[in-house]
Amino acid sequence: MTQASRVRAVVSMQSRPILKSHARLQYDTVREAWALLSPERVFWPNEVSLDILRLCDGRHSVAQMIALLADQYAADEAQIAPDVTGFLQEWSDKFLVTL
Amino acid sequence: MNEPVLPPIGMLAELTHRCPLQCAYCSNPVELLKANREMDTAGWLSLFEQAADLGVLQVHLSGGEPTLRSDLGELIACLARRGVYTNLITAGVGIADGRIEAWAEAGLDHIQLSFQGAFAATTEKIGNSRGAHEKKLETARRVRAAGLPLTINAPIHRHNMEEVPDFIELALSLGAERLEIANVQYAGWALLNRKALMPEREAVERQVQIVEEAQERLRGIMTIDFVTPDYFAIYPKPCMGGWARDAFMVAPDGTVLPCHAAGTIKSLHFERFGDWSLSRIWHESSAFNAFRGTSWMQEPCRSCERQEIDWGGCRCQAMAIAGDAAATDPACIKSPLHARMGALINEAISTKTADTTPDAFTYRRIGRSVELDPTSA
Repeated sequence: MTQASRVRAVVSMQSRPILKSHARLQYDTVREAWALLSPERVFWPNEVSLDILRLCDGRHSVAQMIALLADQYAADEAQIAPDVTGFLQEWSDKFLVTL
Repeated sequence: MNEPVLPPIGMLAELTHRCPLQCAYCSNPVELLKANREMDTAGWLSLFEQAADLGVLQVHLSGGEPTLRSDLGELIACLARRGVYTNLITAGVGIADGRIEAWAEAGLDHIQLSFQGAFAATTEKIGNSRGAHEKKLETARRVRAAGLPLTINAPIHRHNMEEVPDFIELALSLGAERLEIANVQYAGWALLNRKALMPEREAVERQVQIVEEAQERLRGIMTIDFVTPDYFAIYPKPCMGGWARDAFMVAPDGTVLPCHAAGTIKSLHFERFGDWSLSRIWHESSAFNAFRGTSWMQEPCRSCERQEIDWGGCRCQAMAIAGDAAATDPACIKSPLHARMGALINEAISTKTADTTPDAFTYRRIGRSVELDPTSA
């Protein structure tokens, strides 16, 4: 790993978030729920978190994600933007998403 | 036991007790199993298939030193095929060229590499293994080169607590995503060596400050997970997240246990995989049901508002300190025996000589016979 990556990543509208290689989103057929697997921890994302995580594919920018989610939830972009960026910053800090 | 039994999430697979290091803080049982008692490849593969069917999502491949199993790649491939998250817990000495890359290829998700010290001299002394530190540094580089995520695990005790800032720098320099500062839990060999390992109160307080400051400073740069020392605590840890609640472990011979030290509770009987299916053990084993949920609890747990936070703490610690596996973990301030923890710290410290070399260690070795009286320091 290079020294450059040893700096905290901060979310912006241009970020193209992608799940870290050691984080895996998969459907658990035993519990019939989506699970995010990571070292030592298993997360059970709720519906909104799941919709955000599914867009973390390295292709969608944060701005595009907000537009898509606003459309999906029939909500105002300005209204949901802080929630989406807050979520992505938190998950970046938890080393689950690369911004 | 009226609550429904939910499927387990995590499994610790102790593939072998063999290990090139001899750390005196090892959590393995004092009576270690020789290689000829280890379950064979077919046994582990069958166990992993049943674990996946039962709902296990994460398997920690541990030991002893799991990389001493030549079938490790095959075991990883089986788990990966079933979508189970695999975490390899290794001491990282003597891993042959090409193996790390082969495990990555087989689908390994993550490696946790232990360092006994932040400096070569400490690592060699604690593990009683010459050249171990350099080999670990090389393993870390190979893990990163193979594109695998890396956690550095630092088991902390009196002889390396002052190196905590250096462990943090070491983990950063190795490109680790995560660092575990894990104060030694007194089970297995660590319980045997408690007197030699026990830190001083002031050192623990300094350590807490250093780690909390680093967690803040390194937010989003490296995660630091901090396992605090039980003997200095106010409330106990929810050991294993609650007895037989969402995790279990398997010993090298296939014996299935609720936690790695459960064998110290002599009143319990444990089944071996093969004699019983994993599902039957999880649901019907008397050992698993003994402390499941909250109905087994005595006072002060029985009426405590924290009973589903702490789950009574550690059953093995209750056994070791209180002499009763159903007692409240004495780490809890509400335990009538809580003062015993402080007394054990003081007794350990008062017998400490000015010399801080770990001469008093009983190094971990297979076949070494030892007498253990955990209730006295």
